Amino acid sequence: MNRKRWGSARTYISAALIVIWCLLPAYWMVVTSFRQVGFTYDTTPFFSHVTLDNYVTAFSTNLGNHFGRALVNSLIISTVTTVVALLVGVSASYALARLEFRGKFVVMGFILAASMFPGVALVTPLFQLFTNLNWIGTYQALIIPDISFVLPLSIYILVSFFREMPWELEESARIDGCTKSQAFRKIIMPLAAPGIFTTAILAFISAWNEFLIASQLSNDQTQTVTVAIASFTGSQPHQEPYTAVMAAGTIVTIPLVIMVLIFQRQIVAGLTAGAVK
Amino acid sequence: MSAVPPSGAGATTAPTGSPQDHKEKVRAASSQGRWSWMLVAPTLVVLAIVIVYPITSAVFQSFQKDSGLDKATGMFVAGGFAGFSNYTHWLLQQCTTAGGATVPCPPGSLGDQFWSSVGTTFFFTIVTVVLETAIGFGMAVIMARTFRGRGLLRASVLVPWAIPTAVTAKLWFFIFAFAGIVNKLFGTTILWTGSEWPARWGIIIADVWKTTPFMALLILAGLQIIPGDVYEAAKVDGVTAWQRLIHITLPLVRPALMVAILFRTLDALRMFDLPWIMTGGANNTTTMSILVVQQIREGFNSAAALSTITFVTIFLVAFIFVRFLGVNAVESATSIKKGKGK
Repeated sequence: MNRKRWGSARTYISAALIVIWCLLPAYWMVVTSFRQVGFTYDTTPFFSHVTLDNYVTAFSTNLGNHFGRALVNSLIISTVTTVVALLVGVSASYALARLEFRGKFVVMGFILAASMFPGVALVTPLFQLFTNLNWIGTYQALIIPDISFVLPLSIYILVSFFREMPWELEESARIDGCTKSQAFRKIIMPLAAPGIFTTAILAFISAWNEFLIASQLSNDQTQTVTVAIASFTGSQPHQEPYTAVMAAGTIVTIPLVIMVLIFQRQIVAGLTAGAVK
Repeated sequence: MSAVPPSGAGATTAPTGSPQDHKEKVRAASSQGRWSWMLVAPTLVVLAIVIVYPITSAVFQSFQKDSGLDKATGMFVAGGFAGFSNYTHWLLQQCTTAGGATVPCPPGSLGDQFWSSVGTTFFFTIVTVVLETAIGFGMAVIMARTFRGRGLLRASVLVPWAIPTAVTAKLWFFIFAFAGIVNKLFGTTILWTGSEWPARWGIIIADVWKTTPFMALLILAGLQIIPGDVYEAAKVDGVTAWQRLIHITLPLVRPALMVAILFRTLDALRMFDLPWIMTGGANNTTTMSILVVQQIREGFNSAAALSTITFVTIFLVAFIFVRFLGVNAVESATSIKKGKGK
């Protein structure tokens, strides 16, 4: 009995350590974001010298930062990327998960290989191409390369969702006289909606978090939030405006964290899709 | 790959798995071919545009000479076929002087940094993947247990994963600032992002913080498919906890673990955001991806050669994983075939 109690105590201690390790740095970002600039390096472990100034600074354009515009840019780019990837990817995932056809392994291998491509291998040729086309500073210059990693990711997750769906409904619909595309649209799609929704969240997050492509193929007009945060300038040269950066980081992170906590189960299922099946 | 039969071949659908039905399915399969390709075609077209075309043009460019004004003569030089000179520029660190002679690249130039960037990339990859696997495994074991508050644990693990890498980089840059919390807590005066080894460890810690949860979740998913009665039986037989780990858990979780390690390794090999934002590649933290980005504006064709070298390296590593370590990601993604073949 005693041994059992010691075992559960150990579980609790380890669990507490993991929670602290995961949350403490994020907590520190939030605490700092509410601190007066003069107390940037204050080590008080709880909220102190509270102010909202940093949030005002983050959105102010006086110092050449365009965080507000960057938020809009990221929203547009990530949304369009997600929608395109899902529009194209859902049908392919259905075929890969539920139909038998020659060349299936080749197609799946190609999509997996596509997801392995390092961003720089695309940025290099696209930088020249988009410069020639005068596309630097347009949304398509960022959406097109984003699709290259969001689409394979979406397909990978969708395939495992489709595979877990029951076959009987589709088969009985076919017996009742549905055509293949009717069965797909009327039976499969509604059933697959939760899986598609989860995939959309994961696709959106991966596009939202993208940095490399955006840092090279955007200009001031199309800068995304990740690039804006990385290049935040303060009032003094060589002096990082930490509190404002932490405020910007908090703004960017909070919606994601809320979304992740609400859809926790689905997201974990999507993240681990394909890894164990 | 699969320890459990994929759905479609499971107990619930047993009637459809009879030999008669199987034959019918095979016949149906051939008529499904055209329909399947119609469904797959849009994806293939899009991937051809966004990946195949740029990569092909990059490979083509990597065999071209830079056109432009010759610095020595002031004359315009057309591009033209460059042979492997863009590749030897990196691999053998040969630079071309203004006069056209081939000399070893001067120290400090981008060409001179190639092998050190390869070393840095593999150093980061090996250290982060080993740490993330070990810590992730530990986290997964804890998360798999049943106790009150497990929901909180699983939720908080997702927080670092959800924070964008660029924000993570800025956050840890602040934590590691000279007047920052780490130096204050430990009473040290280390210029974390300003010297080689502290900078490297700073980047590694940030990466481990951000990505270990992902590893833990993948491993946890692998742990959860191990049936509980296997452990019960082992306990009854008096097998120790350590033996259970070595002889039951590890072999059964291995497929999921290897896929997780493969994904993380490929991801770590293209590491860019963290070192780029935290150090800008200074102090020997230049990864291959950073070197490519620095080269893009210096000379496009050798950047194309370097990006080609980078993805070939990543594919070689993936090939080694699949071929020699038995990780079969393709099969795991299409394992329905295996299930139906039974």
